[in-house]
Amino acid sequence: MMKKSRRSFLKVAAVSAIGIGAAPAISLSSSSTNSHGSSHAAKSPNKGAKTAKRWGMVIDTSKLTEEVVEHIVEACHKAHNVPDFNHEVDEGKYPKTRPVNHKQEVKWIWEEHFHNAFPDKEDEFLADKFKHLPFLVTCNHCINAPCVKACPTQATFKREDGIVLMDFHRCIGCRFCMAACPFGARSFNFRDPRPFIAETNPDFPTRSKGVVEKCNLCAERLAKGEQPYCVEVSKGAIVVGDLEDPESEPRKLLDKNYAIRRKQALGTEPSVYYIM
Amino acid sequence: MSKSAIFTGLVIFIIIALFPFWINFGKTAPVPEPELVGKAKTAKKCVLDKMDMRANHMSLLDEWRDSVVRDANRIYTNTDGKEFAMSLSTGENSCLGCHEDKSKFCDKCHNYASVDPYCWECHTEPKEIK
Amino acid sequence: MLEIAIKGSKKYWIWLAILAVIMTAGVIAYIDQFLNGLMTTGMSRDVSWGFYIANFTYLVGVAAGGVMVVIPFYLHDYEKFHRITILGEFLAVAALVMCLLLIIVDLGQPIRALNVMLYPSLKSILFYDMLVLQGYLFLNIIIGWKVLEAERNQVKPPAWTYPLIYLSIPFAIGIHTVTAYLYCGLPGRGFWLTAILAPRFLASAFAAGPAVLILLCYVVKKFTKFDPGWEAMQTLSKIVCYALIANVFFFFCEIFVVYYSNIPGHISHIDYLFFGLHGHNAMVPWMWTSLSLMFIGITLLIVPWLRNNKFLLPFTCIMIIAGTWIDKSLGMIAGGFVPSPLHHVTEYAPTLKEGMITLGIYALGLIILTVLYKLATTVKEEVRG
Repeated sequence: MMKKSRRSFLKVAAVSAIGIGAAPAISLSSSSTNSHGSSHAAKSPNKGAKTAKRWGMVIDTSKLTEEVVEHIVEACHKAHNVPDFNHEVDEGKYPKTRPVNHKQEVKWIWEEHFHNAFPDKEDEFLADKFKHLPFLVTCNHCINAPCVKACPTQATFKREDGIVLMDFHRCIGCRFCMAACPFGARSFNFRDPRPFIAETNPDFPTRSKGVVEKCNLCAERLAKGEQPYCVEVSKGAIVVGDLEDPESEPRKLLDKNYAIRRKQALGTEPSVYYIM
Repeated sequence: MSKSAIFTGLVIFIIIALFPFWINFGKTAPVPEPELVGKAKTAKKCVLDKMDMRANHMSLLDEWRDSVVRDANRIYTNTDGKEFAMSLSTGENSCLGCHEDKSKFCDKCHNYASVDPYCWECHTEPKEIK
Repeated sequence: MLEIAIKGSKKYWIWLAILAVIMTAGVIAYIDQFLNGLMTTGMSRDVSWGFYIANFTYLVGVAAGGVMVVIPFYLHDYEKFHRITILGEFLAVAALVMCLLLIIVDLGQPIRALNVMLYPSLKSILFYDMLVLQGYLFLNIIIGWKVLEAERNQVKPPAWTYPLIYLSIPFAIGIHTVTAYLYCGLPGRGFWLTAILAPRFLASAFAAGPAVLILLCYVVKKFTKFDPGWEAMQTLSKIVCYALIANVFFFFCEIFVVYYSNIPGHISHIDYLFFGLHGHNAMVPWMWTSLSLMFIGITLLIVPWLRNNKFLLPFTCIMIIAGTWIDKSLGMIAGGFVPSPLHHVTEYAPTLKEGMITLGIYALGLIILTVLYKLATTVKEEVRG
């Protein structure tokens, strides 16, 4: 008798606990529509923002030198607060920082050999100049991006203008996107990046530990009507523009030159072209 | 089961449940007074009315971040037709562009309420960097 | 029914205490990982999944393997399995709890885990994996509990449990198929990009799951008054044998396709696992051990007088569990990520902390298993005596 009543009590208690747990969620969803009476408020893009139907990048490999490549990588990483594991940590500000594992580094754009950038185009008799050329690789902002499909929270998503972006607020750090990306474009924050940022750029957030990051094609610059950092310091080696617009700079270059993309056979349709 | 065991358990439970009360007993924290400095002082109104801001700034920011990150809409025009950059810390008419001192404004209430919004794990106040 | 779990012998409590200590060590290691990030692990930019996901994959298999007792008993009225069906279901429960925990500890931002439900992404296989894993977990809890309760009261289980039991069968196949789809749908990973992956996962699961179950039958027999029955164990060992043969067969199908087609993007991974690549060969001894163990396992199970040897069988099972574990957890992760999409070779080895956290989760799984098995065996003793 006693047992039965305890049991039914527990059942009722469990149901009420679920109810109490669900209540805030229900009230939240019902109140979010009229939370601050901003019925006439509006959100809009910046005036003068650069727009495109599909953003793309053309890299002229003949203009890549060690020096240019170094500048590009540095400009990008500095502006986006990408941590540098070779940076000497300020012990005063970040005491007891543990030693780094360089295999856990973060990078948005970096240098590779031809046979690493294009492993499926490895060639015994490749022209010598390509063998030693510093190839720049980064996110390809694919049309059929496998990372976007893989992401279980839509933290990685494709904007209408073709840029594949990360919402760092939403990322749960499952790293499925890293397994999915055929270009190794993604990095995970295995640790708090801040101790390894020499000079923080206040106009761009740093990341927290536990989220994935990658090149954002300088979405924050395009929004202000500016060119991406890499383009700015590339001395003409990198051009970014609208691939759907036949009059755009990248399209004019592609009209005149032979260009290849990485791992085309996979059908992800990269938006980054390399002029050979 | 014996009565004494039940009562001991109950007492332990009550002590644990009332932890926040007895740990803070006798201590009082002064009511926070967030300071409006610089531009925020001269401006008559924030993005929304004062009370609305006080109650809903977090959901406003939540809405903003989705708008900026996902829709590339970075300008917020409020009901008075005034424009704001939907950004915590970038530029003149961002949050911190107007509320020039985070420690005198945001932190005041956040510390009092013992909340630690993770915004600042990534976003930076320009002043704190230097 | 739960009151059975708090009345146990001294041995029972000591065993639980040992497990609790191991679990606590795991919790301590996890607190460090939670505060400092996954830097505490051996994972890297190139090998972005490691020991957690490896063990997750294996345990999904163990959970799915439980269906190998459910199908004969409920679909074919194979009475010998009547006594051990509950053991299979409760094994699935413990394995699934471990799986979910392994996913949680693998997350960089575990606090945001519920974003998966808040912003469901219908194209992501991970979303479906979460659904089937949770579904199968709840099905097994409900079925196991209700059937055991009915047995205790010596009545038939309520009628509504039967549809759930039948539903649990496709779910079991489902959890492992969807887990395989996590891997094999990715365009850039030649090692995983094969349609045989899901069948191979299932074959290895139907070997590993029942092998674990046979071992547990020995344990149950030794430490309780309940006898699962030698004949049931014999049938299980035949299931293990055929499943293991299927697993090795599928593996050789893969080997044939990869080496005969001679496509570099597919060869390099298997080369790395079995022969080493560019001088990196950490996995080579493991993979050959795994293959040998599976072959020995097949031999010991296929020959009747070896299979019928009561003394030998548990050792055979241990070999098979070790062989399939290396194959499916270590091999699956290392083979998939090495070489990287840019053909760099970055090797991976778990750190001590990673091991402690995983071990802690295994300890918790064993606690759950112990308690559930105690319930099951006690009820069965009661009913008989």
